[in-house]
Amino acid sequence: MVWQTLKRWYHMLGSPRYFHTFSSRVLPWLTPIALITLLTGLVWGLAFAPSDYQQGNSYRIIFIHVPASSGALMGYMALGVSGLVAVVWRMKMAEVMLKAIAPFGAALAAISLITGSLWGKPTWGTYWQWDARMTSMLILLFMYVGVIALQNVIREPRQAARAAGLLAIVGVINVVIVKYSVEWVQTLHQGSTLKLFGESTINPAMKYPLLISMLGLWLLYAVNVLIRARSEVEWRERRSKWVQTLIRTGGK
Amino acid sequence: MAFESFADFLAMGKHGFFVWTAYGISAVLIIASMVLALRGQGQVRETLARQQRRAEVDE
Repeated sequence: MVWQTLKRWYHMLGSPRYFHTFSSRVLPWLTPIALITLLTGLVWGLAFAPSDYQQGNSYRIIFIHVPASSGALMGYMALGVSGLVAVVWRMKMAEVMLKAIAPFGAALAAISLITGSLWGKPTWGTYWQWDARMTSMLILLFMYVGVIALQNVIREPRQAARAAGLLAIVGVINVVIVKYSVEWVQTLHQGSTLKLFGESTINPAMKYPLLISMLGLWLLYAVNVLIRARSEVEWRERRSKWVQTLIRTGGK
Repeated sequence: MAFESFADFLAMGKHGFFVWTAYGISAVLIIASMVLALRGQGQVRETLARQQRRAEVDE
């Protein structure tokens, strides 16, 4: 039963045309939900959450730093999975996703580095340190940039997807290093205080706005990916009848 | 509110510069990525519509 359902989903979402119809139904409500959630979390965190007893108000950078960092890491995992499916099964939608997921992920990795550095100065006394967490995060940004660059350099889209897919798969190792760098080696960066399982060690008055802005930014990431994937699908399927009709009627 | 006044909110203790620069740069990058995605969508539609018109003229 479950297997059958999964197989049906795989085939449906693997079809560019089905994806296009599906995403045009999802976007009109996902977009406002993402924006409202993100703004709620940020306003709550910036103006209403209590200040930290040690850091004062500089800690409020957390409400964008942690959502951006976790988004960049999750996005890269999704990029790795798309890369694997694109390289092994040559699935068209995986190739599309490989292209759609990377840009916003790169932006989030950059945000993570910049906000982290601006938080580090008042807290640690330095903007930057070549320690494990920061260095591996910088490599994550380079991996994103590499995947995007490969796709732009190779003209033939299917070949580009193969090359970028391989690079995406290799880079997954780096995600593991980023995640565990704070536990394996001594770094300036603190360990995680937000736990999915078990008890978080962050104050609940700070935890809820953080979780809400995290959810909001992830949803906005999804919106960004859907928009990019739709244009890529329309371009790749431009000779098909359904895209031709779509253009002629100016439909969604 | 965690702040006494709006001026207090802007000052963020002594860390207004760090907090607001962090949020400002983040906003710019996020908005830019959204705008680029939407613009890409518009460009694909435009190109395809132009190709279609040209094909119809040729026929």
